[in-house]
Amino acid sequence: MAISINLPTVLSKLAGGNKILEASGNTLGDVINEIALTYPDLAPRLKDEAGEPYPFVTFYLNDDDIRFNGGFAAPVKDGDEVTIVPAIAGG
Amino acid sequence: MSTTAETAVAATEFKGTLTPNPLICRLCKTPAEAAPVAICEHCLGPLDPAPNTDRILPSRQEIESREKSIWRYIEWLPFEGTPTLSLDTGFTPLVEAPRLAKLLGVAKCWVKNDSVSHPTLSFKDRVVATAINAAHAFGLDTIGCASTGNLANSVAAHAARAGMKAWIFIPDDLEQGKIVGTQVYSPNLVRIKGTYDDVNRLCAQVADYFGWGIVNVNLRGYYGEGSKTLAFEIAEQLGWRQPTAVVAPMAGGSLVTKLRKGFREFTEAGLISGDAPRIYGAQAAGCSPIVNMVQQDLQQVVPVHPNTIAKSIAIGNPADGIFAKKAIVESGGYGAAVSEVAIVEGIKTLAKEVGIFTETAGGVTVAAALQLAQEGRFKADDEIVLCITGNGLKTLEAVTDPSLSPLKDAPVIAPRLREVRSLVESMQGA
Repeated sequence: MAISINLPTVLSKLAGGNKILEASGNTLGDVINEIALTYPDLAPRLKDEAGEPYPFVTFYLNDDDIRFNGGFAAPVKDGDEVTIVPAIAGG
Repeated sequence: MSTTAETAVAATEFKGTLTPNPLICRLCKTPAEAAPVAICEHCLGPLDPAPNTDRILPSRQEIESREKSIWRYIEWLPFEGTPTLSLDTGFTPLVEAPRLAKLLGVAKCWVKNDSVSHPTLSFKDRVVATAINAAHAFGLDTIGCASTGNLANSVAAHAARAGMKAWIFIPDDLEQGKIVGTQVYSPNLVRIKGTYDDVNRLCAQVADYFGWGIVNVNLRGYYGEGSKTLAFEIAEQLGWRQPTAVVAPMAGGSLVTKLRKGFREFTEAGLISGDAPRIYGAQAAGCSPIVNMVQQDLQQVVPVHPNTIAKSIAIGNPADGIFAKKAIVESGGYGAAVSEVAIVEGIKTLAKEVGIFTETAGGVTVAAALQLAQEGRFKADDEIVLCITGNGLKTLEAVTDPSLSPLKDAPVIAPRLREVRSLVESMQGA
């Protein structure tokens, strides 16, 4: 069992049209690196030159914003669900 | 020959044609076609409607001769053509508040009173008016939103009037006034177990999956521009000039950026002159990620878990936080975060000194202004506008909560003159 990553449409275009990807690793950073290797076009949309998330993209690990859990260093386990959401407005 | 009733009905039906402006990324400046899309494909930054650079701008007199709604400023809104829906939103009162000015230690103070906005008593009617026109122009038959309450009310009402379907997502713990004030229009209202930030995340996925026009997600570019009309109206109502300072509440942070943009656009058009106002942002201490950025000079949003009665502005992960901080700092303004008791006192102060009953976000704004005054942020010759963005009847819980600073119970007496006399005497003696 792997970790699933839900992509928004704007990013799925760079991942062969796949909206859900699967990867593995001990941290979210490992998972993102694996996806980045598989889909090189997607890589620069997921992390900046320093390897960190962009300010306008929010990563959720299950229901939690990863910024509350160490960012890309957040530990992950099989069955976890990662959702990538571009930042959106107030309401 | 049409009857009066037929004419009134016709006024609510689709007429006119409107073309939304194309889009451009705020960060990398890559252009994009006009569409219900809010994210740049290249850098994932926010897409804004491209400015109307080749448009012939109206004079002050031309604007003054138009209907009193946000559409009198159509040249600065992100459309070509004639609006089709929600034609009568905007042009709320600008109320002079001399006693509040005295409390703040400034020369003049006005309240921009969007607590009486048509039709749903909050400034969100402005942004929904522009978003629903974009949705209609794109041929969408369903609109929706993620909301902390006021936007839910507004989307539900505007959609009902236009005959469009609405899907509205809110946190499950909102005030009753916000829930009932949405349900009454018969939208599809869904309460989500979680905070606004959870609802927002879900709605990003909903917009992506269903293709609906979620006003603050994929219609966000067209939605946000409606906020500028608050600045346009303030300038016009002051006699075509700018205040020296504006205090506004912050949730996602968009409003303060659009206020600054609005004053700038009117200055560039030659309609007003002089220095742009200093912009002051107000948040509750229980949810103040943008004020934290301003006060600590943070370069990124550090999200927080909201814990405040000011639910309408309880956004822990503000999408426009970086831009809001920039607008505030560049304008020479500052930020203030206020306590729960101060919020309730702010509501009561505005009611007592100005005769306006605002909701918790307005209480935050008033309390923040008073706090900024205490900190010496204002000058004696300042002319300040407070943006009051919502109505107190929607958050009665705030002023009746016994743990905060509740209103006193009114005396209950028998229908006898002697009892009134006794009451008056006791109060005179007090």
